[in-house]
Amino acid sequence: MKELLLISGLGVLSLFAGLFNLRKGFLVLVIIGLAANIGLSIADWGSNEVVYGMMQLDNFALSFNIVFSFLSILWFIAAREYFELDNNFSDHYALVLFSLCGGLVLVSFTNMVMLFLGIEILSIPMFVLVGSHKTKLSSNEAAFKYFLLGAFATAFLLFGITLIYGSTGSFNNAAIAAYLSNHPLPPMAFVGMLMMMTAMAFKVSAAPFHFWAPDVYQGAPTTITTFMATVVKTVAFAAFFRLFKTTFVSMEQSYQIAFAIIATFTLLIANITASIQTNVKRMLAYSSISHAGFMMIALLCMRSHTEGTLLFYTLVYSISSLGAFTILDIVSKNTDGREDLDGFKGLLRRNRTLAGILAFAMLSMSGIPPLAGFMAKYMVFVAAVNNGYLWVAVVGIIASLIAVYYYFKVIIAMFGNESEYPAFKLNPVQTFVIFVTAIGMIALSIFPGAIIGLI
Amino acid sequence: MLTLLLILIPLISSILLFGFGKKAARPMAIAFSLIELITALIVLQLLKTGQAGLFELNLPWINGLGIRFHIGLDGISMLMILLTTLLMPLIVYASFNKNYNNFHTLYAFMFLMQSSIIGSFAAMDGFLFYLFWEIALIPIYFICLMWGGENRQRITFKFFLYTLFGSLFMLLALIYVYLHTPDRSFDIQALYKAGRALSVVEQGFIMSGLFLAFAIKMPIFPFHTWQPETYNVAPTPGVMMLGGIMSKMATYGMIRWVLPMVPQGIAEYGHILIVISVISILYASFISIVQKDFKYLIAYSSIAHMGLIAAGIVASNSQSLQGSLMEMLSHGINTVGLFFVYDIIFNRTGTSEMKKLGGIRGIDSGFAFMFFIIVLSVVALPFTNGFVGEFLLILGLFQNSPIAASFAGLSIVLGVVYMFRSFQAMMLGETNAITGHLAKLTRQEKITLYIIVILIISMGVYPKPILDITESSIQTLLVGINK
Repeated sequence: MKELLLISGLGVLSLFAGLFNLRKGFLVLVIIGLAANIGLSIADWGSNEVVYGMMQLDNFALSFNIVFSFLSILWFIAAREYFELDNNFSDHYALVLFSLCGGLVLVSFTNMVMLFLGIEILSIPMFVLVGSHKTKLSSNEAAFKYFLLGAFATAFLLFGITLIYGSTGSFNNAAIAAYLSNHPLPPMAFVGMLMMMTAMAFKVSAAPFHFWAPDVYQGAPTTITTFMATVVKTVAFAAFFRLFKTTFVSMEQSYQIAFAIIATFTLLIANITASIQTNVKRMLAYSSISHAGFMMIALLCMRSHTEGTLLFYTLVYSISSLGAFTILDIVSKNTDGREDLDGFKGLLRRNRTLAGILAFAMLSMSGIPPLAGFMAKYMVFVAAVNNGYLWVAVVGIIASLIAVYYYFKVIIAMFGNESEYPAFKLNPVQTFVIFVTAIGMIALSIFPGAIIGLI
Repeated sequence: MLTLLLILIPLISSILLFGFGKKAARPMAIAFSLIELITALIVLQLLKTGQAGLFELNLPWINGLGIRFHIGLDGISMLMILLTTLLMPLIVYASFNKNYNNFHTLYAFMFLMQSSIIGSFAAMDGFLFYLFWEIALIPIYFICLMWGGENRQRITFKFFLYTLFGSLFMLLALIYVYLHTPDRSFDIQALYKAGRALSVVEQGFIMSGLFLAFAIKMPIFPFHTWQPETYNVAPTPGVMMLGGIMSKMATYGMIRWVLPMVPQGIAEYGHILIVISVISILYASFISIVQKDFKYLIAYSSIAHMGLIAAGIVASNSQSLQGSLMEMLSHGINTVGLFFVYDIIFNRTGTSEMKKLGGIRGIDSGFAFMFFIIVLSVVALPFTNGFVGEFLLILGLFQNSPIAASFAGLSIVLGVVYMFRSFQAMMLGETNAITGHLAKLTRQEKITLYIIVILIISMGVYPKPILDITESSIQTLLVGINK
């Protein structure tokens, strides 16, 4: 409860930050607030606090809360310019913080109503933020598209919840689970479950509900794309996992095949499409979809307690993505807004640190041993094999090999070519952020056990 | 603990070079490589006197997945580490006549590679071995990509993807055995036990998976297509690392991970591997004969020698294993020597096409003499290190299959043909416009060649100390296989 109050209080406070002209200092306040949130979560560890029967801050919720708060801190630092140069900085702070409230609700809900509210609280600020480059057509288009399709997904979610309620008589996850395991499966509940699955698959951008993602990721300001690809994705996956683990676990037989198909579809479609992209931002969007495929495998195998695997995967993926998108943003600002592969040519000659760390992120995301990305994929595949889904693991391996191709296109462009643009220097804030991501990637490669064993 | 030290010294050297090496790349690199060599020699002495506890380190790492940080040493690993640490100062020193951009970064990558290669020689955990095996790939990829020649983007990527793809089969094979261990462990002894308990057909599959990964890395026919191109495009220090050291990871992997894990598979299907290896020897030798370019010739002759080593390992008796280890050592030294000769000539003339060269002996007879000794070692003349290895190899192979041995023996005859032809073409005859004004060797080049020649001859005349290092470990290994 304290966590939720803290973040929403921070959000309210930020609404008034404009009044007192706190433009410069507010970032520090937000960081302190989020750090306090992490501290509270650590203090609450193991307490399993129940919030009015609607949310439960169990270790699963707290660990994901820590992860996304940590990612948000990094993201806020990386996004400093986005806030400071903007006229409406206090609105933007508030929107992001409110969407984090939604995130906290989503990782800890124990009631369908909270799931729905969480999704809405998370998404509505995102619709606005995607369109926050008001003068840019692409940003407006992305916001509109995201909003329309998001509204559809919400409708599916609500419809699903209704059908589940109609057949089991409860919104409470535990009560639904109890009903489902003691009664023959009501057909209406099955349909409801499928509809909720559709909505959640849309939120995590898994195929075949991924079509919005490349356009929205590409059109949105890069800072917001980073937020969506890291924090929002982490939270959405946590919610997806939590929903099925706590509610539908007795229907395993009927949804596992759907999960398997979604996972393999996502892996193949995203990786093949990504390999023909020339725009790096769009390529990273597809890469983000492809990682959703890998995380779907962790969901598929939830019977063998893959919470730790999912947590590790989301953390590894988010840190690498945060680094990659931040570097993309810096590079694009230094090449007159270019986001295509040619803008990365000879980056090594322009800025060694940037090229080195982006190469690191690319190697990690493509799953080259011994980097953290490899460990994450390895765990997912082992889980798949242990659960009898060898074919899913095989598809995953093929997909990772395809992925090597497009990630290496960036590396080759940076290291194997001459540069057309002059060298540039990083400011201390940027340096700090990308070094933290690099250190994070190294630490996760060396101590994967620390995260997996957490929950 | 000492084993960990051997892995850490190059790793720390790499970080130091990367961070602070800009001003003094060369002295730092040579100093670090010598420190590592001295450490390795001390460890070798300690290993002789026993006390196994000094070398083994077994720490929990990723608990849920049965992966431990388990490293250790025996004679076989020690010999391989010795080869690595011995070649490293030589490669570093051989590069002193170069002036690459960002030299310290190049050295940093080389030391990173050395660290991971030593790690793979010391790994006593299947997963750890795989990780070290793959880490080595990343620095060499960047070395080739950043300092390579024409068309490097495409060629190095092919190399990377090819070897990555191959090692995936190794990982799958290891996972398969891992799933059959009673308490889900990647530890080497557990894997050995589980592997031996598998049926013969399963063992055959495991063997093929592992062999595929190793055959690509060595490389042998028909998995060699990445190699000539990559050797050609890689900068000289990189190609020395690749040919001299990295290919030995694969042959070492055969000894450590294939033979003891699937002995029945080897007994049943090993002859197929021997046939592939022998075909590889003949194929690569014949191609070498018709090569026009000296660098390609070295590349193909390397394939032929690796084929012989692979055949000897699969034959798995004590002579053939001793021979293969000895041959790995001498092949490493010879390869570095040959590439250095190539480098000297290419630096001065800008070409390595043998037809265009000639008459170098008339200008610098010392150079020609030292090159000749390397050639003699490659063709396995007695009193060179090449002889000891190849003799033992063919002797051991003969016990296993006389026919294979007689075909493999052809490698020496064919080797004489292509090596002498290349020597003739480049060193003898009349000088021409290209070689007419060739500068004599510099002091640094002379010293490098002296060291190589001394190593070749001393190991050839008195190989016993080297054979002693591995003797007992090979006996232990063979006892394990025949159980």
